[in-house]
Amino acid sequence: MKNYASRITHHLLRIAHYALLLTILFTAISFQFAYAQEDTPTDDEVNEVASQLYCPVCENRPLDTCPTQACHQWRELIRTQLAQGMTEEEIKQYFVDNYGDRVLAEPPRTGLNWLVYILPPAIILLAAILALQKFSGMDKAAENRINYKRDKKRSFIRIY
Amino acid sequence: MFVEFGYGVLVVSLIVTLYSGITAFLGVRKKSTSLIESARRAQLLSFPLISISSLTLIFLLVNNHFEVTFVYEVTSLSMPTYLKITAWWGGQAGSMLFWSWLLASFTSLVTLRKWDRDIEFLPWVIVVSAITLAFFLFMIIFFENPFSRYWLVSGNVVESMFKPTTTATIFTPENGRGLNPLLRHPGMIIHPPMLYLGFVSFVIPYAFAIAALITGRTDDRWTRITRRWTLWAWLFLSFGLVLGGRWAYDVLGWGGYWGWDPVEIAAFMPWLTGTAFLHSVMIQEKRGMLKQWNMVLIILTYALVIFGTFLTRSGVLSSVHAFANSPIGPYFMGFVSATFIASIALLIWRWPLLRSETEMKSILSREALFLLNNLIFISILVVCFWGVIYPLVSELVTGFKVTVGPPYYERATAPLFSALLFLMAIAPFSAWGHSTMQTLGKALWKSILASFVLTVSLFFVYSTNLYALTGFFLISLVIFATLQEFYRGALARQKTKNENFFSALSNLMRRNRRRYGGYIIHISMALMAIGILGIELFQQETQGTVAQGESLNIGEYRVEYRELASWDVRSDGVNYTRAVVDVYENGIYLGQLYPRIDYFFDAEQTMTIPGQRSTFRDDLYILLVDWKSVSNSGATFKIYVNPLVNWLWIGSLVFLVGIIFAAWPDKEMEPVRVKSSAKQTSAAD
Repeated sequence: MKNYASRITHHLLRIAHYALLLTILFTAISFQFAYAQEDTPTDDEVNEVASQLYCPVCENRPLDTCPTQACHQWRELIRTQLAQGMTEEEIKQYFVDNYGDRVLAEPPRTGLNWLVYILPPAIILLAAILALQKFSGMDKAAENRINYKRDKKRSFIRIY
Repeated sequence: MFVEFGYGVLVVSLIVTLYSGITAFLGVRKKSTSLIESARRAQLLSFPLISISSLTLIFLLVNNHFEVTFVYEVTSLSMPTYLKITAWWGGQAGSMLFWSWLLASFTSLVTLRKWDRDIEFLPWVIVVSAITLAFFLFMIIFFENPFSRYWLVSGNVVESMFKPTTTATIFTPENGRGLNPLLRHPGMIIHPPMLYLGFVSFVIPYAFAIAALITGRTDDRWTRITRRWTLWAWLFLSFGLVLGGRWAYDVLGWGGYWGWDPVEIAAFMPWLTGTAFLHSVMIQEKRGMLKQWNMVLIILTYALVIFGTFLTRSGVLSSVHAFANSPIGPYFMGFVSATFIASIALLIWRWPLLRSETEMKSILSREALFLLNNLIFISILVVCFWGVIYPLVSELVTGFKVTVGPPYYERATAPLFSALLFLMAIAPFSAWGHSTMQTLGKALWKSILASFVLTVSLFFVYSTNLYALTGFFLISLVIFATLQEFYRGALARQKTKNENFFSALSNLMRRNRRRYGGYIIHISMALMAIGILGIELFQQETQGTVAQGESLNIGEYRVEYRELASWDVRSDGVNYTRAVVDVYENGIYLGQLYPRIDYFFDAEQTMTIPGQRSTFRDDLYILLVDWKSVSNSGATFKIYVNPLVNWLWIGSLVFLVGIIFAAWPDKEMEPVRVKSSAKQTSAAD
């Protein structure tokens, strides 16, 4: 009976041993797989960055949709950079350093470029102020007209 | 022989055009009827002359005369005849000839139609038109000659109109390069003529405005004469823009319809001023106000038309549209500047005569709201103009070019477009002269309530995005308010005229074409806004490489790659690579789509044609990006889900209906007695 029990225990231990081995192996494979997945960024991850950049050679074409071979290579470069752990900002800076500010969808907010962001709102604001002045003048004029009519009516009543 | 003939006729056209302009000027100065009549005849002659030259070019295009540079650049043996004809406007030189031909035909129409009635303005209209036409013909003859040929000189191929040396022989390439494949799409065949029609039509109201300034006619006569011209010009320009958007959506392969490309904006800018003009001109007609402002708007529109042509044709801003660089840039810039300065000088001269006849009395009056609408349009113009020219400014000042892309435009224009929607909803309810918050609120409360209920419903069933909900509220307000305005008008007429509701509505609309056509256009704009909101805020995209039988998932869709085939059609000169994908929505099979890439041998260029499944709810838009050519076992797809985008196209069709309704000519009025005439005028108002 004792032998029988020890044999069962032995078998159970062996099963547990194999189970442990299998678990380790499976975990290792999973890890490897996950690692491989993390290593190769997906097209969507690449496009997420590429969509914020413009093709350095063909004008006005975002990098994520540009069909040229050169842009395909730049997208692959972004994939490699992402795999190396570079952040979005670092990748964008890499492209700016190599190809200039024109690769950005908007001019960086520095120096002369501030004009892009300041001038239109300033002009619109000025126009709005002028319009408001005209409108407020309009209201005052209307008020004056009403007051004038009222005063005229009152003076008419006073006289008669 | 044909080449020399076509070119010679063009030179004669220039001489005749110059003659008509100078003679018209002298005729008015000397008050000589015979000189003016001579100018008119010369002007009328320019149209058949340019037509003959154009027909000669078409003949050369259709008959593969590849010794002609333009023919070589835009056609090839494999192109069908209809495409060879449309290649007329597919390249720079031809499109400028097309521009000139349109201008000559429009000016002829104007001078033929009501010469006696508009005799006061028409000689000056001929002068303005002749100056513009002569400029274009000059550019064609000396810089962008569509009849220029290839010559073989000492073993080198050179381009020249005439024999460069005595030993030179004509060089004829075996085949042409062919039209840019992107321009072979049906949308692109119609899109440029539509834009040109719009551009050129705006020259006519401008010419009348200048005539009014010169003659000192400061009343609304010029606006009444050109009212329909302006509407048609606006129709063509608007439709050209919409077609361009549809073309971009179908062939450019980036899942969108508008990329804020500088050349798109170049066509959009005159549309903005033209739209503002269409609104403000009504105030001049009804209230005698904004005369100076209307002049400013039409001068700006003309300047922007020429500026737009300069941007697209000079190559100053290279983009997907700007397919050519040429030496015409400085001349164009000089012409735009000269005409603009001259027009503004004239305006300043006549400024005191153009004062308003009445004053605005209320901030909520219709004229004040129209003025506000104009200011918003001009604000959008400022944003667009600055966005387009800033890269040039940066390049000039710093030596470095920058990109001003969609984030700038979208951030700046979104609140302005929202404000326009709001005005579109409330302005029809405000009265001319005076309105108060109380009267507006009383008229609008039902529409506001309905829009609010709809927006709350959308919050629960569609989206909790605050921007989207604000947009949906404004859109629904425009639609409900406009429908309410139709209902209100029809009901009032039903009561006064004792008609049934539908007859009342129909009669009401027919008697006020411009007003109710305008309301239909407002509804169409709201429908388009639904599409824009959908694609801007809710677009989804994914990309991936899959083997046969594998799938990509996006939203509720699953796209399974079935197979891929690649074959040549030698007669078309095209290699087609077409993928077949199965589409499932929530596990339910919907059908197959066929994204493909066409490779054009002559132009050595590809065109990406998406596989699309369109519904009112969304568009599933699949692009074939790449494939493994050896085994055909794997392919890369880019998939977009574009919610609500079809409302943009539906809105465009409604827009077309609205503007045709508004611009449709009324029956010619019979001569009537003064009393009846006055009555009719007030009814039309």
